[in-house]
Amino acid sequence: MPEPSTAAVRPTPTGVIHDIGYQRYEGPRLGRRQVFGALYLHGLRTAFGFGRSAKAKIFPWLVVGIVTLVAVALAAVRSQIGEPVATYAQFADAMSWLVIFFVAVVAPELVSRDLRSGVLPLYFSRPLPRSDYALAKLLALVTALWLLLGGPQLLMFLGAAFTTKQGMRGVWNELLDLLPGLLYAGLWAVVFASVGLLVASLTGKRAFAAGGVVAVFLMTTPIVGVLSILPSRAANELAGLASPSTLVQGVGIWSLGDLLVEGDPGEMMIGGFGPVYALAAVLLVAGATALLLARYRKVAS
Amino acid sequence: MTLIATQSLTKTYGGRVTALADLTVAVEPGIIGLVGANGAGKSTLIKILLGLIAPTSGQVSVLGIDPTADPAAVRNRVGYMPEHDCLPPDLSAAELVTHLGRMSGLPRTAARERASEALRHVGLYEERYRPVGGYSTGMKQRVKLAQALVHDPDLLLLDEPTNGLDPAGRDAMLALVHRIGTEFGISVLVCSHLLGEVERICDTLIAIDGGRLLRADNISAMTSATDVLAVEVSEGTEELAARLAELKLPVARDGRLLLVPLADDGTYDLILGAVAELDLPLHRLDQRRHRVAELFATRELTHA
Repeated sequence: MPEPSTAAVRPTPTGVIHDIGYQRYEGPRLGRRQVFGALYLHGLRTAFGFGRSAKAKIFPWLVVGIVTLVAVALAAVRSQIGEPVATYAQFADAMSWLVIFFVAVVAPELVSRDLRSGVLPLYFSRPLPRSDYALAKLLALVTALWLLLGGPQLLMFLGAAFTTKQGMRGVWNELLDLLPGLLYAGLWAVVFASVGLLVASLTGKRAFAAGGVVAVFLMTTPIVGVLSILPSRAANELAGLASPSTLVQGVGIWSLGDLLVEGDPGEMMIGGFGPVYALAAVLLVAGATALLLARYRKVAS
Repeated sequence: MTLIATQSLTKTYGGRVTALADLTVAVEPGIIGLVGANGAGKSTLIKILLGLIAPTSGQVSVLGIDPTADPAAVRNRVGYMPEHDCLPPDLSAAELVTHLGRMSGLPRTAARERASEALRHVGLYEERYRPVGGYSTGMKQRVKLAQALVHDPDLLLLDEPTNGLDPAGRDAMLALVHRIGTEFGISVLVCSHLLGEVERICDTLIAIDGGRLLRADNISAMTSATDVLAVEVSEGTEELAARLAELKLPVARDGRLLLVPLADDGTYDLILGAVAELDLPLHRLDQRRHRVAELFATRELTHA
């Protein structure tokens, strides 16, 4: 049978020829808040290497693995001997080196990479303001650090809550211990993120940025050491202000007291200078954030 | 509607370096070529149009919006392709363009769809899933163009889109820009230091030099009266020139070519007649546009 050749007898077409011409976009355009949220989530994913190469996942997850392992070990030991080995806040303190390591890896990943590749003009030619870019990255790093410390603290809590011998009352007491611990972890996160991100935002070279972050956090420790052996009680008690880590610990000692140091004042004494430490921490975070915003007002314009 | 309008726009850096001086120009939608030597102020003008830097004095409006007052509203409707390298090497083109689409306010799925559409329109298919670091210069330029298109702007600002491309790549990029301007319904401002390049695709041409406006006009207005016929014969060029001069045609020499102003169709007949009469092997006879460069040449001289 010959093929029908005229249009009139042709059967209705079953396939559709797609129009591959340009389509205008008529859908919704999201506002500033949603764009900020998208950038924040993107930053948080980047911090843990999601959506990135396997190589970018190694270091963040190495740190996450270690802190989780420590938390699980602490919970296991506690369930055996029935006594907490470390409080939640002490755990956060003990992990401070790993937090520094994590910041040194993740902060350059968040900001130095964008500086280096020159992608910033592509952001700044879009509606979102420059300050939103910086703040979204900062918030992402704060959240990542808080999850890094808070997640294992939650594991410790679950371990304690399931093995407590005092029933619901024990769980409640444990929860009251956990909450200050989470707040203390938040303080670590805010201080280390703001300072670390500021340092990283100064250079596009990731190795320099990582080195800079480590230097700022670790090179200041000897200053604390020198100040704390000076023959002056006030100098000794204010020594902790010289380094971000000891500053955070000072605020912790002042606000949490025996949740952090347990009776023995330990090697670090802050005397009556607790409010000074708290004020210094606030000023440090505010100053670092202001400088970060100033940096992004200038860069790549 | 006026696409871009500036009034006495001036930008000085630190009070000494003048990037733009008293620039007044108004252009209609279409493909606009912005031509000038390096350092003429092209990039400065683009950054002012985007609201990235503020002019020292003067007014500016883009799509009827003042970018100094409401930069976000302008940037919402404008796509920008920077001159320099701006692509993170470890991301794939699809990831990058999707992310930048979200940064322009597209919802997640819309951003993904429009990103692959934009990449397809610029001619990137399977390779869009590979990291950008391995791309050729031509492919990178296409990705830069795709990210400017992803949020469906009404105006594209392209800063030297043919930079670093080989001749074939240049032609492809110019054809693409022309297609965007004509078929996509998006106005385009193309920056270039090569006049010969942009004049092929533009409706309007703005020429600046040292931050000053040399000329801004419709390209047809610039070239309409100046079409010429180019004649090339394999031998006997001298004889033909003499013969045409006898016929009262004002002949000009350009290397092996003879250039004859095109008065009307009769000019063709006269030339063909002369070639046949002398029995010369005619190599080519075609109409060509007078290069716009020649229009600027005299002005640039007077300016200098």
